[in-house]
Amino acid sequence: MAAERITVYVDGAAVTVSANDSAASAALQAGIGYTRLSPITGEKRAPYCMMGVCFECLMVIDGVPSRQACMVTVRPGMRIERQTGARVLS
Amino acid sequence: MNVTCDFLVIGAGPAGMAAAATAARLGLSTVLVDEQATLGGQIYRQVEGRGDNPPGVSHLDWERGAALAAEFRASGAAYQSGTQVWQLDKDRKVYVTDGTKAACIVARRVLIATGAMERPVPLPGWTLPGVMTVGAAQIRYKTSQWVPQDGAWLAGSGPLVWLYAAQVLEAGGRIAGILDTAPPTNTARALRHTMGALRNWATVQRGRALQQRVRAAGVAVYKNVSALEAKGDGQLSAVRYCINGQWHEKPASLLLLHQGVVPHAHATLSLDAAHRWDERQRCFAPVVDAWGNLSVDGYAAAGDCAGIVGAEASALQGRLAALEGARALGVIDATQRDAQAAPVRAALSRHLPIRPFLDALFAPRASLFEPADDVLVCRCESVTARQIRDAVALGCVGPNQMKAYTRCGMGPCQGRMCGLAATEIIARTRNVSPSEIGLFHVRPPLKPLSLSEFATLAEG
Repeated sequence: MAAERITVYVDGAAVTVSANDSAASAALQAGIGYTRLSPITGEKRAPYCMMGVCFECLMVIDGVPSRQACMVTVRPGMRIERQTGARVLS
Repeated sequence: MNVTCDFLVIGAGPAGMAAAATAARLGLSTVLVDEQATLGGQIYRQVEGRGDNPPGVSHLDWERGAALAAEFRASGAAYQSGTQVWQLDKDRKVYVTDGTKAACIVARRVLIATGAMERPVPLPGWTLPGVMTVGAAQIRYKTSQWVPQDGAWLAGSGPLVWLYAAQVLEAGGRIAGILDTAPPTNTARALRHTMGALRNWATVQRGRALQQRVRAAGVAVYKNVSALEAKGDGQLSAVRYCINGQWHEKPASLLLLHQGVVPHAHATLSLDAAHRWDERQRCFAPVVDAWGNLSVDGYAAAGDCAGIVGAEASALQGRLAALEGARALGVIDATQRDAQAAPVRAALSRHLPIRPFLDALFAPRASLFEPADDVLVCRCESVTARQIRDAVALGCVGPNQMKAYTRCGMGPCQGRMCGLAATEIIARTRNVSPSEIGLFHVRPPLKPLSLSEFATLAEG
C-alpha cells in the first residue's frame, strides 16, 4: 500500500514526495544539500537525526521560521525553505 | 484548555502503546500524547501505514508493532499525535502544544515513555551535510521506503547498523561499506555473558543472519576502525578512517553514523527525578523501581527511556507501569496487580537476559569519547572540545558551570546532542567517572514554543 504522492516546493522548486514524508525528507529528496546556515558560524547544516532531537533541520515552512522540518508532515503545496542564519522575532 | 485524566502516557512507542492499552482496559481514563504524526515510536514508525506488505527482514518487528497499535486502537484510550510536551510539573500538570495551541493536561498518574535516541559521538566533520545517523536514514526507509542508491558508508557499532544494511540491500539500495568501530576486545567481553545470549538464542540467530546476509551481498566490512573523519567543503566528499594506525580515505556522498542508543531522558531529567550512571550501557538513566516508579510521586517511566531494553521488553514494562498506576488509583488492589503482572514479569525475564551480551558486543570504543580539540561538540552553539577542556582548566567542575562559560548546551536542542559527550569529556579531563559529573540541568520548555503558542494557555 504505497502512500499517495504529492507536490511540495523546496526553495521554490517543485518536488514530488510521499504524503508520509516529513518536510526534512522532502528537502533531502530535492537535493538542496544544506537546509540551514548555522546562526553562530554560518556553516552549512542539514538534517541529522530525523526524529526531533538534533534541531539541525530548522527551516522556514509556509513562512514560519525555525520549524523542525523532520517533525512536520508534508502537505500538498507546502513551501519549505532554507533558513539562513538567526531568525528575527515576529 | 485543561484536560484531566487518570493516566497520561507520553510517547507512542511500544512501551507507551502497551501501557495506554493496558490502563484503558483496566478502566482508567487514559490519554496518550506523542510528538510524531503517527503511532509506533521510532522502532514501529509508520507501522499502521504499511498495508499487508511488510518488508522481509523487518517482518517480525512489523507484526509485533502492528499488533500493539491494533490493541491500542481498540482500547478506548485517547490519542493526541503531533503533540509536544514542553513542561512537566511535580503536581502532574503536563503542558503540551500541537504547534499552534498550548494546553495543560492534569493527570493523576503520568508515564514517561519517550524511548531512546542514538548516542551522539562527536567526530571531525560530523556537522557536514551528507553526514547523518543510521537511524535517520532508517526513518526515511520506514516512512517512504527511501534507500540510498549511490552507496552509503555506515560507520560505528550496534545491531542497527546490520539491520539497516540488510534493509537497504533488500530494498535495492547500495551500501559502499561498513566501518566497524567496535574494539576487538568486545567479543571476549561479550562471551562472559554467553548464558544470557543462549537464553535469547533466537535474537542472536537473527542478528547473525542479518550479518551473513550483508556479507553475502559483497558489502565490504572494515573491522577495528579506531578513528573516523568526515571530509568536505560544505558538503561531505570523503570519509577517512584509521585501522591499525594507518589512515585511509574513500570518496563518500552519504556517511551514516551509529554508536548505539541511549535513553531519551530529557523529560525525566526535567523533573529532577533521581538518575544513575549505567556503566554497562555507558549512559544515564532514571532510577525506577520494579514497577517503573520514578523518585517523583505519581510519575513513572517505562521502556528504553528508563534504560535500554529493546522493543519487546519496553512493551512489557509499559504494561507493568499501567498495572501499578491502576493500583495506585485504587482500581485494583496489590494482589490483583501482582496476579496480572505475573505473566508479564515472566515474559520480561525471557527478554532481558541477552542485554549484557549485546551491550558488551556492541560497546562503543572508549577512545571515541575523547575527540580532538578542534571537534565541534555542541552543534547548535558551535562549541569545540577544546573550549570545554579550557573551561575545566579554569576550574569548571561540572557541565552546568561549563555551560555558563561556553554556551555549550544552550542552543535549540537544549543539550540533547552534546550533553552526554560533554560529560564524557569533562570526566576524562578531570579523570573521574561520568557518574560524578552528571548531566546538564534540563529546564522547561523542553522544546521551544512561540510566545503566541504560550499565550493560548490563557484562553482557557
